[in-house]
Amino acid sequence: MNAMQRKIEEARGKGKVGLIPFLPAGFPDRERFWKELEELDAAGASVIEIGMPFSDPVADGPVVEKASLRCLADGVNLAWILTELRKRKGQFNAALLLMGYLNPVYQYGLDRFAEDCEAAGVSGLIIADMPHEESRFVRDAVEPHGIALVPLIGLNTSKERMKLYADGAQGFCYFVSVLGTTGQRDALSARIKEKLAEAREVFDIPIALGFGIKHPDQLTQFDGLLDAAVFGSALISHIESGRSSDSFMEPWK
Amino acid sequence: MRKGYFGDFGGQFIPELLMPPLIELEEAMETILPSEAFQTRFAAMLKENVGRPSAITYCPNLSKDLGLDLWLKREDLNHSGAHKINNTLGQGLLAKMMGKKVLLAETGAGMHGVATTVAAAMLDMKAVIYMGATDVIRQAPNVNRMRLMGAEIIAVESGTKTLKDAINEALRRWLADQETTHYCFGTAAGPHPFPTLVREFQQIISKEAREQFMARNQGKLPDVVVACVGGGSNAIGMFHNFVPDESVKLVGVEAAGTGEPGCYSSAPIDHGTEGVLHGMKTKLLQTPEGQIEPSHSVAPGLDYPGVGPEHAYLDAIGRADYTTINDAQAINAFKVLSRREGIIPALESSHAVAYAIENKDKLQGKSVLVCLSGRGDKDLGILDEIM
Ligand SMILES: Cc1ncc(COP(=O)(O)O)c(C=O)c1O
Repeated sequence: MNAMQRKIEEARGKGKVGLIPFLPAGFPDRERFWKELEELDAAGASVIEIGMPFSDPVADGPVVEKASLRCLADGVNLAWILTELRKRKGQFNAALLLMGYLNPVYQYGLDRFAEDCEAAGVSGLIIADMPHEESRFVRDAVEPHGIALVPLIGLNTSKERMKLYADGAQGFCYFVSVLGTTGQRDALSARIKEKLAEAREVFDIPIALGFGIKHPDQLTQFDGLLDAAVFGSALISHIESGRSSDSFMEPWK
Repeated sequence: MRKGYFGDFGGQFIPELLMPPLIELEEAMETILPSEAFQTRFAAMLKENVGRPSAITYCPNLSKDLGLDLWLKREDLNHSGAHKINNTLGQGLLAKMMGKKVLLAETGAGMHGVATTVAAAMLDMKAVIYMGATDVIRQAPNVNRMRLMGAEIIAVESGTKTLKDAINEALRRWLADQETTHYCFGTAAGPHPFPTLVREFQQIISKEAREQFMARNQGKLPDVVVACVGGGSNAIGMFHNFVPDESVKLVGVEAAGTGEPGCYSSAPIDHGTEGVLHGMKTKLLQTPEGQIEPSHSVAPGLDYPGVGPEHAYLDAIGRADYTTINDAQAINAFKVLSRREGIIPALESSHAVAYAIENKDKLQGKSVLVCLSGRGDKDLGILDEIM
């Protein structure tokens, strides 16, 4: 079983939702990033999602985009991320997931990427600009290294398409709560419930809800329909306002 | 060839949430596009509203100056001033028949924004136009035209504030508004099916030009066919019906920017490497780490770090040649064509005209057919600054 699934199921065993915080690598700066990861880990994250910054992040809203561009300007790149992670291999209790866009990974070289991810203790990958139709070559490269390509689905994904993603999927399924980009939303769509129930029927791995989530109260309406929650923009804004990852995690504990 | 691919190039590298509208569009291409209802109405619009067929024009003075036969395919005579209208009326009508209410578009030079706004007005739809903040300033006359015709214009402040960022923002908007909105993509690039759809609407340029040229030249074909390449829609339109004619040399002209070493260009085929951006695998201006580099050209419509996948393919198989023209050479052509023939070309199209001027020695005695993709009224402000 993939480490991400194991961690989310561990949380479920304790009657909790798995927590999946997201931070762009190198945010808020290259030193403090590792401190924030340690705090998130200590605060009980099941999976930590690390953003691989890209110049043109079309699936992201303004908060994540701005943070990512700042990291790029600071010189963050894939080689740095993977080297630093490798130095810290085994130090995190949470499973590690890399999230980004195809081009930087493609230029790094897929096979080299898969090897270096394994050496760095990474167990999951999200490529935001890669639908099922284009995903075969990436899956073929990473799965032999124990890295799951996490499927991303949403409110407009038909059951038919869910099945394409579910076939052989590992780790967890990422359900995007909005038709739109990352970023906080005050209200979540009423249709989420119905679509989550559909996803439940199709996927036999845990389901995480992400995009627009900032507080655990938002999730009570989905009791039983999801196993984990992803939060990015809310956490970034929290850190930007000078507060700690630890205090962000407090209400979720 | 794999569906949506031109050799190794093309594909659908976009978030899953955009797949349903792309699939819907592909289905509309298969069902609505060939229907008599669409074809009849579209042909009528091209004739009555665009003014097609557009002329081809022989340039007697420049031909004499240069020692070659220079012909222009006059897309600048189209209503709204560029080839862009062929595509926006096509996509607009298709979207209308799909039941969409809004045409969303990105624009660099503003010509595609204007053409989308015209289509929206004609078809009683709403136009929403994303434009880089830099381009909003550079191409003010077109911004005013769009406003007058009722478009909502959104100035994009992120990234390089040019066409690339306008595309990013428009894709984000489409993600959110896909049920009511059609993304009227402006060039033969982006995820499948856009490169094919846009080519389908632009190939009329070479269909007409081929017939017109042969009618005026005792059935002979031109020796060289030239077009500027930003995303590549006027060029693919100009090339398409000449591709089977092996004697015809096809030349795509990319923008070299200032042309100084180390400066940004807009020439991904000449200076770029293979990568993935805006839904397609193609050639890109990028760092070795895969970050997209800013582009530069004096012509906002060419100022883009990527290129349509079919051009990357035509280059890879050697069917078309791609070369560059720099800002100064394009500005020179802008002035020369204006002075010698009384035709003010768009700065984008000036790159294609400049190819004939700069290569006159090797083109002696040849017939050269250039796609004049648009007119230069929009660029008079830029010219004031540099003259
Ligand atoms: C007059 C003109 N020509 C050419 C272009 C470049 O577009 P494409 O390469 O798609 O033909 C533009 C784009 O704005 C334009 O306005």
